[in-house]
Amino acid sequence: MQTPLWKRLLIWAVVAAGLLYAMPNAFYSRVEKHNDATAAIEKAAGAATPAQEADVALWPNWLPSGLVNLGLDLRGGAHLLAEVQVADVYADRIDILWPEARDSLRQARDAVGNVRRLDAPPGELKIKISNPDGMAKAVEIVRGLAQPVTTLTGVGQSSLEVSAEGDTITIQLSAAEKAATDERTMAQSLEIVRRRIDEAGTREPTIQRQGADRILIQVPGIGTAAELKSLIGTTARLTFNPVVGRASNANADPGSPRNVVLPERGRPGSFLIIERTPVVGGEDLVDAQPAFDQNGGPAVNFRFNPAGARAFGDYTANNIGSPFAIVLDNEVVSAPTIQSHIAGGSGIITGNFTVEESTELAVLLRSGALPAKLNFLEERTIGPELGQDSIDAGRVAAIIGMVAVSALMIACYGLFGVFATVALAINMALIFAVLSIIGGTLTLPGIAGIVLTIGMAVDANVLVYERIREELRVQKGPARAIEIGYERAMSAIIDANLTTMITALVLFFMGAGPVRGFAITLAIGIVTSVFTALLVTRQLIEIWYGWRRPKTIVV
Amino acid sequence: MAWRLHLVPEKTNIDFFRWQWITFGGSMMLMVLAFIAWGVMGLNFGIDFKGGTTIRTESTQAVDVGAFRQALEKLPLGDITITEVFDPSFRADQHVAQIRISALDKTESVTPETIEQVEVALKAVDPGITFPSIESVGPKVSGELVWSSVLAVAATSIGIMLYIWLRFEWQMALGGVLALLHDVFITIGIFALFQIKFDLTIVAALLTILGYSINDTVVVFDRLRENLRKYKTMPLRDVMNLSVNETLSRTVMTSLTTLIAVGSMLVFGGDVIRGFSFAIFMGVLLGTYSSVYVAKNIVLMIGLDRSEKPKGGKGNEFAHIDA
Repeated sequence: MQTPLWKRLLIWAVVAAGLLYAMPNAFYSRVEKHNDATAAIEKAAGAATPAQEADVALWPNWLPSGLVNLGLDLRGGAHLLAEVQVADVYADRIDILWPEARDSLRQARDAVGNVRRLDAPPGELKIKISNPDGMAKAVEIVRGLAQPVTTLTGVGQSSLEVSAEGDTITIQLSAAEKAATDERTMAQSLEIVRRRIDEAGTREPTIQRQGADRILIQVPGIGTAAELKSLIGTTARLTFNPVVGRASNANADPGSPRNVVLPERGRPGSFLIIERTPVVGGEDLVDAQPAFDQNGGPAVNFRFNPAGARAFGDYTANNIGSPFAIVLDNEVVSAPTIQSHIAGGSGIITGNFTVEESTELAVLLRSGALPAKLNFLEERTIGPELGQDSIDAGRVAAIIGMVAVSALMIACYGLFGVFATVALAINMALIFAVLSIIGGTLTLPGIAGIVLTIGMAVDANVLVYERIREELRVQKGPARAIEIGYERAMSAIIDANLTTMITALVLFFMGAGPVRGFAITLAIGIVTSVFTALLVTRQLIEIWYGWRRPKTIVV
Repeated sequence: MAWRLHLVPEKTNIDFFRWQWITFGGSMMLMVLAFIAWGVMGLNFGIDFKGGTTIRTESTQAVDVGAFRQALEKLPLGDITITEVFDPSFRADQHVAQIRISALDKTESVTPETIEQVEVALKAVDPGITFPSIESVGPKVSGELVWSSVLAVAATSIGIMLYIWLRFEWQMALGGVLALLHDVFITIGIFALFQIKFDLTIVAALLTILGYSINDTVVVFDRLRENLRKYKTMPLRDVMNLSVNETLSRTVMTSLTTLIAVGSMLVFGGDVIRGFSFAIFMGVLLGTYSSVYVAKNIVLMIGLDRSEKPKGGKGNEFAHIDA
């Protein structure tokens, strides 16, 4: 009844590694401080403050320092599920098309006559031509503006869908182009949300795409979901548009479908009519910093990239003396008059800001505009105290559960029960070790999963021990009974654990957040408990048997 | 001879089919009753499934539900439920309440302004109040969560059924899964009967019950498979009884250790997770019962094909161990 040496060494090596990697979790706050300080020093390129050095010294560098991540429900923090309004982008894409379509059609004036833009729902461009006989030609010209779609699935399809009815051409994005646009919008939104949260400097945020058009954001430590929302929920879409005139109310006639009436910031009752198509947009912005204007009022300095700088320079050179509007999220921030040709591509935005507002605006402009609006479907705030209470309660429950289960096992199986208890303790350590190594997240249901594992882990031992008892009853020698016991119990143990594994997998792939945390601990618990209950207890029994050489055993 | 605690006598010879009409029939009755409770009373869905907001309040002053209600009734909110929460782990001066505001029609989720109004109104009643957690779920998401939960339970059941079919016989797969659904539906019935809050974590608990209770059934089936090979001429009913008797000690022991662990979670684990612990506790009880009294009865009803046949190609890779 001797396992080969290499197998024995491997088993004990795994146990030793497990204990080593689980250990940092027993000194959670100490190791966390050490890790935070180490990361901060690394970020500051080696320059450490005395406080940081003291924190680093709390935990020796040569020991593993991986910790189990605590989920939001245990650490406290804010959770948001946002839906990106991807359809918003279609309207912008179509709007930009108008000047190009107009110019191309005008070149064919002989065939199509005059062209005029009609009012249309967002995402559609309707153009009326005065000579309906030239419709075929007009459609052909507009179709010529389309580009092939550049995705794997949409290859060969056109980006525009053009239809004609009477004297009106309707242009909208094709389905393939919409899908491609959605992908870009999502990638951009994710990137910008990530940048904004990073600028705010919170630790370990989770920013994940979920499904087709959703973003899951979890930030531990931040005050409330409302604060998080105000940080990432603002679109911060900045454009510079030509001003057409003034209006007295929001419903005033803008005079043309090309124009739009927008309110002026900080001046209730004041409205400006501006051109829809911007001269330069926020995407050409390369930097924005909070600053002060000549009068000492808070303002934001900005700088354009070369393309933006050229467009802005050309426009200002040609329009000296006329006003232009700086528009942020459908609100005119300020509408200065162009004094001179602004070359070099930098400028300043002023407009009744407080210092906080100008700082936040600079952050938002710097990290870029969200391409589309976010709608929040789910928001959760969990206070850190509640999380700590849950951890404490979970710890008490786990300890009491473990002591009670161990007592019962020892009462029923004597020394073999002690072996099972040792295996159970190793099992707990292994679960924490695996969680630390894979960077898994422990949630409150995850703690429940661990406690449940305590109860179920001894099942494999019970199966084996009951089987050994049966074999002993039919008068087999102790060594033979133990061997047969382990062998015969194997198929039931494997089947029972694999079926539970199926459940854990479904939970992992279909569940979200805390439920997924439960699935992870359950799955890890299954693997480690089979390892400890079968291999580790068997090693313990072999060592004991080799040492005492009993003639008879009682299980 | 060392002393050992024997929960079950060494050799038992219980006829588990004797009171079949009470045990199996009773189970079926309970299942029908569970469906009736579910249908008539409905489940007390949490915001995960119904949309809305829950706010947890904590204060050193005793919770005055009436005053809270009065303060909130003036606000333009949906239905409000206020419950005081008790837990043995609370400090003496820790008073916790849970306020649930159902989602108004057509709103995506409660706005921050609304939550601020609620906070201000409650602070007027009790200046020392704090809000350890605030959660809002929009109706759009909650509708999807219901659907994905149903899918998860179905997918797990099918997965388990396929696995047992592969490793055992199709009759056992069917019996095993019906026993599982028995456990899950009776647990849901209990949640409906006592109107315990039913949220996402409860679905996780139900799935765990699926995983746990099939454990028991598989152990019995594994022994049955072994005994069927050993006693080729014994009537199926007797082989089943023998198998359950032989594994009874293990069944009781494992259920007990699991119940102890989950029971400790139920009592000491805090109120946030109580519903979850309770669902698993009930599921373990029911799962033990159903693997002894439900699963094999179904197999007996369908009958097993006991003729000798080559079992190759059935993925029976552990067959050599049992031989």
